[in-house]
Amino acid sequence: MSEHNSVGIVSPQTAHFDAPLALACGKTLNEFDLVYETYGELNAQRTNAILICHALSGHHHAAGYHSESETKPGWWDTCIGPGKPIDTNVYFVVSLNNLGGCHGSTGPTSINSETGKLWGPDFPQVRVSDWVNSQAALADHLGIDIWAAVIGGSLGGMQAMQWSVQYPERLRYCLIIASAMDLSAQNIAFNEIARQAIQSDPNFCAGHYRERETNPSQGLALARMVGHVTYLSDDAMANKFGRDIRSGSIEHNIDQEVEFQVESYLRYQGSQFSTAFDANTYILMTRALDYFDIAADFNGDPVKAFATTKAQFLVVSFSTDWRFSPRRSREITNALIAANRPVSYAEIEAAEGHDAFLMPIPRYLDVLRAYLGRIAEDLL
Amino acid sequence: MRLDLTQIKQWIPQEAKVLDLGCGDGEFLANLRDTHKVQGLGLEIDPDNITQALAKGIDVVEQNMDKGLDNFPDQSFDVVVMAHALQVLHYPDKVLDEMLRIGREGIVTFPNFAHWRCRVHLSTRGRMPVSKFMPHSWYDTPNIHFCTVKDFEALCRQKGFKIKRREMVGETSWLARTWPNLFATTAIFKITR
Repeated sequence: MSEHNSVGIVSPQTAHFDAPLALACGKTLNEFDLVYETYGELNAQRTNAILICHALSGHHHAAGYHSESETKPGWWDTCIGPGKPIDTNVYFVVSLNNLGGCHGSTGPTSINSETGKLWGPDFPQVRVSDWVNSQAALADHLGIDIWAAVIGGSLGGMQAMQWSVQYPERLRYCLIIASAMDLSAQNIAFNEIARQAIQSDPNFCAGHYRERETNPSQGLALARMVGHVTYLSDDAMANKFGRDIRSGSIEHNIDQEVEFQVESYLRYQGSQFSTAFDANTYILMTRALDYFDIAADFNGDPVKAFATTKAQFLVVSFSTDWRFSPRRSREITNALIAANRPVSYAEIEAAEGHDAFLMPIPRYLDVLRAYLGRIAEDLL
Repeated sequence: MRLDLTQIKQWIPQEAKVLDLGCGDGEFLANLRDTHKVQGLGLEIDPDNITQALAKGIDVVEQNMDKGLDNFPDQSFDVVVMAHALQVLHYPDKVLDEMLRIGREGIVTFPNFAHWRCRVHLSTRGRMPVSKFMPHSWYDTPNIHFCTVKDFEALCRQKGFKIKRREMVGETSWLARTWPNLFATTAIFKITR
């Protein structure tokens, strides 16, 4: 553990919900748990709460450390903390693990209380709108009627966007970072490759790998490798790895197998991920991405969807992000403009591709800091 | 606040919906919000300006108006303002068309290149004018489409724009008003279709 402006040691909490949750797929979850962390203090008027929504492989641990010995902080520690853009001296920040996740909230790795068995592949396919409903239940549990802001990047940005349409009265500001109103065919294609990688692993066992005490590690690693490549830009990979060789040689008259640095890196990332993440959750999360369409209930017209919102919006994109390109963010911005909603848009010059939304890029942090400062001035 | 902006302010109705093309650090829209309760939106391309506008609570969209404004619906703003940006545009005529498609009124301000100092500078020294108002050398200036008061009025006639109001800013007000093309440093026009 390091850094002087960290939220420090944090402990996850669990909220249990007994009220049945009707899901978009038609099924109902009779009960569920959500694991979450909070940073900062809720003020007496309860006006300073911010919800952080996580992306595909994220979880509740967004900032700080779980123990003194933990070396890496939460996934968005660059932005959340005392004096940071999402300033925990000012705001009460809530970050949860989404339903269907594999970090403590009810999902495929949980026991189905009705059958007494693991949910596994039978856990219902939750969608972004279901997550938003479950997050609203968490807000009720925490006594938060209105979020000062709901913030998310990528799949998290979709949740923030969905909040603005689904509960227009329950958020004042909506920050949508490196996201899109729906996935492109190319994006769905990458997700399908990832799912196929997992499902074609012999250890997948139609999703019942845990009962068989095995894990589709190869498939999950491969899925992560594909994903990882799409989160980086060509330049970012060139800068980070180039054609550097880790072992072997490609010189004349030498017949050695070569391992490039980029291969080694991807394999490491893949294998790390395959031990830390659940395959069924990965499939579920990618499907939630694929199914998302902000305009689905509005005859496919996002302007009509946004016309029902009451929040003020900040949309942010990154120049080299090709998975959620600036064009997709401009579509969001333009739909909001056409819907006559208050919106700001910043296109951040960054070499890091889609991953940029997690990086400490000075202009990005400046924009967030400026906008969150304005929210504080408006509401607090 | 710059003189042209002080003048524009008087032409903007209370609670108007205002689009400011090239809004800079948002100072003008912030001022209009505080005094006129306008619903403002700025367009800007400079990162530092965008951050400063956001910090002032001004909504700003990062967009280059030279690349089109077709994301703004017809007649969706009461007033579209473009202060001291006309001369930096690649397609000033097209942007003027767009201003009046998007807004019911357009307010444009620009430096008058026919001001007597420019004329003297050019005619006596034979070099492109460099002054306090136009501090750039010809090769690195962002100002690629200078025009004069007469040029602008000719373009309005050609396009069928109506000039609703006109105000001239100069070192000596009555001279600028009487002989604008010679004495106005900055021209301010309110135009409609």
